[in-house]
Amino acid sequence: MSEIKLAATVENIPLATAFLDEELEKLDCPMKAQMQIAVAVDELMSNIARYAYTPGTGDVTVRLDFDPGTRMAEITFLDSGVPYDPLQKADPDVTLAADERAVGGLGIFLVKKTMDALRYRYADGMNQLTICKKI
Amino acid sequence: MTINKTLNGGELTLALEGRLDTMTAPELEAELKKSMDGAQSLTLDFEKLDYISSAGLRVLLSAHKVMAGKGGMKVTHVNEIVQEVFDVTGFSDILVIE
Repeated sequence: MSEIKLAATVENIPLATAFLDEELEKLDCPMKAQMQIAVAVDELMSNIARYAYTPGTGDVTVRLDFDPGTRMAEITFLDSGVPYDPLQKADPDVTLAADERAVGGLGIFLVKKTMDALRYRYADGMNQLTICKKI
Repeated sequence: MTINKTLNGGELTLALEGRLDTMTAPELEAELKKSMDGAQSLTLDFEKLDYISSAGLRVLLSAHKVMAGKGGMKVTHVNEIVQEVFDVTGFSDILVIE
């Protein structure tokens, strides 16, 4: 397990991505999976930065666990902000025409579609959202 | 992200390099705001774009709407990662992708 703790700001998203890029490269992660994970990090970190601590500020921990047997990478985002389970959010209608489209909600939907599994739990006063990707 | 801009007559081309995400989408938005008025058509060249997140989709959607009233917008040289994002979000049905 390895992790990085950062102030939960959009400006720190590149630091979280750089941390995971470095760790995933050590694990010989395929480039496609690494890019998909980077997109997921952008979606999830930006949500935490914008909503978890509003109007205050706080931290987010990004933790990577890897099972060499199954080659499953699990990345968990931990924040102690307002309890919020993004998996409960209804999926957007992706069949609407351009004029009827709202982009809100597309981020978490995209993460659901590109990762192998997502888990959420609230424990120890923290939102703990885990994305799982076989690499 | 780097944006390379070419204006040929009324044809505006923006070639993006790097990552189009939460941090960089405002750069593209600002460039489009500045450049779209003088353009009849818009091409976004994604040959050197690594990936796009929903923050980038938001900018693409609003540019698409503006250009729909003129000569249109197309996205070219889309890689596998970007195509997947377009496909799962239904943007493949909205955008002209070449």
